[in-house]
Amino acid sequence: MSVAVKKDFQQPKDFKFSKENMVKVELHISKYPKGRQASAVMALLTIAQEQNGGWIPEAAMEEIARILDMPRIKVFEVATFYTMYNLSPKGKHHIQFCTTTPCWLAGSAEVVRACEKHLGIHLGETTPDGEFHLSDVECLGACVNAPVFQHNGDDFYEDLTPENVVKVLDDMKAGRAKPGSQTGRATSMGIKGATTLHDQAKKAGVKDAG
Amino acid sequence: MLADKDRIFTNIYGWESPSLKAAQARGVWAGTKEVMAKGQDWLIEEVKKSDLRGRGGAGFPTGMKWSFMPKESKDGRPNYLVINADESEPGTCKDRDIIRHEPHRLIEGALLASYAMRAHACYIYIRGEFMREAEALQNAIEEAYAAKLVGKNACGSGWDFDIYVHRGAGAYICGEETALLNSLEGKKGMPRNKPPFPAGAGLYACPTTVNNVETIAVVPEIAKRGASWFAGFGREKNRGTKLFCISGHVNTPCNVEEAMSVPLKEIIEKHGGGVRGGWDNLLAVIPGGSSTRLLPKSICDTVLMDFDALREQNSGLGTAAIIVMDKSTDIVYAIARLARFYWHESCGQCTPCREGTGWMYRIMQRMVKGEARLDEIDMLLDIGHEIEGHSICAHGDASAWPIQGLINHFRPEMERRIKEYRKKLVA
Repeated sequence: MSVAVKKDFQQPKDFKFSKENMVKVELHISKYPKGRQASAVMALLTIAQEQNGGWIPEAAMEEIARILDMPRIKVFEVATFYTMYNLSPKGKHHIQFCTTTPCWLAGSAEVVRACEKHLGIHLGETTPDGEFHLSDVECLGACVNAPVFQHNGDDFYEDLTPENVVKVLDDMKAGRAKPGSQTGRATSMGIKGATTLHDQAKKAGVKDAG
Repeated sequence: MLADKDRIFTNIYGWESPSLKAAQARGVWAGTKEVMAKGQDWLIEEVKKSDLRGRGGAGFPTGMKWSFMPKESKDGRPNYLVINADESEPGTCKDRDIIRHEPHRLIEGALLASYAMRAHACYIYIRGEFMREAEALQNAIEEAYAAKLVGKNACGSGWDFDIYVHRGAGAYICGEETALLNSLEGKKGMPRNKPPFPAGAGLYACPTTVNNVETIAVVPEIAKRGASWFAGFGREKNRGTKLFCISGHVNTPCNVEEAMSVPLKEIIEKHGGGVRGGWDNLLAVIPGGSSTRLLPKSICDTVLMDFDALREQNSGLGTAAIIVMDKSTDIVYAIARLARFYWHESCGQCTPCREGTGWMYRIMQRMVKGEARLDEIDMLLDIGHEIEGHSICAHGDASAWPIQGLINHFRPEMERRIKEYRKKLVA
């Protein structure tokens, strides 16, 4: 479950949370009982990652250990245990393909191949211009909208095909990609329309499959 | 077929807004105070009578679980409710829809469940990948606080109740309840030895109950419509309505709420739009998320979707995530990919699981090409048996089940690949 840390990049010397983020830090600490501030370590790592452009430098872990009054090693343990914490830079657009069985059945291998060909890189690599980094991950939990990828740990792009995924990447570079289903489906409803909740479908103007 | 009037999740597809106002128009947060006035023990009894079984996979009776919680604190330790929204079982995406489209049903359920179990605080542990869903949930919680539905004197009931969202960061194992609690405490998400069970010493060593999102979200309707209404669906001991996720080789993959004990074939044909290429093109179905053993077509023809019917077939309802595979599927690869999943997600704490999942994955990779010995099929079973029961949590057991399902039903296919590979080597 732990992640290997590559060393071919520069670690910043120090790290401080921005004033804005310090407010968030305090808010997260306040969610837990007194003396249990260590519970906020995951939230603080996430905030640090966002502030630092998508990855967590070692200096941030030390700062978090100081704020939460935790041994540094405990923060490092958490940061290396969970796969969503990036401990090295990942490119401007980090594309994480789900390739677990439900996505694979729906054609994730072809989707990944189309992206690799389009960008000229393989999984685990970053484009020379630093725009895209491709990885494969385990089940993202959107299996009825497979195949899917997640962008920078937030938005899901769903119902991908080798054709539409290339367009998504181009749109993303141009800053106009739209998350969600790429075939125009309404979330997790079947593509042919509603099979249940017929009155609600009528009210919402949704196609009814009967 | 479940009638529309009996469906609990009327906004499961997000046609309407998830906002408080829209939720109230759908009946959420109506009569909550009156339900609470009937008392804590009444609530637990009603959930017991409804025969609700946990929707997270194990199917433990919810009312009984609640009754394990201490009714009064003798040493000042508070009770906690923790909601497991770490939905990560491959094939499963039902809780995601509850959280993003029906968050108020979940929050109302959290209040009722916490009240019944004498908890003043509830943490919802949501998987890190569900960023947008966590935002939707946080919005809904803030709406509920502003409307005084939660917080001090929640709903005017006299019960103080706080509810918080805690985001995970990508670890399947945190869906295991004690790993989840460790993660919530700011540690690595590694499962704990039981006993002590969470009801005795859970979060911060205080009495804790961990329930799945769907389990909690159906509680308000059970309390309002009555246990007998909920117990009117499905077979004995397998009661209620249930969200099913239909993925893989069907014409219209979707999530859908149906009655328990619905025939597998019916749900695939009616809601999944049928198997790609027709029912006769079906090869196998994984009925309840990746951990449950696959079923070949002959069983799929007649099997019912509930805990006991699937257990009789040596599989399980799990999270009710139906993964359909047609005859074009490389079934050995499909299971080998799951073997990789379990290897990747093993937390590494127990040696049999940490090492065994890797052994099984490496052998399975060779099985895909047939680059193996015939006796290695039995070796896979052996390794599985050595892992089962020898690890702290069920992850090790679960890693062996998909492979056992494959060998039980598709051994001839594995042997065929091995023999063909050998033939090519000789030629």
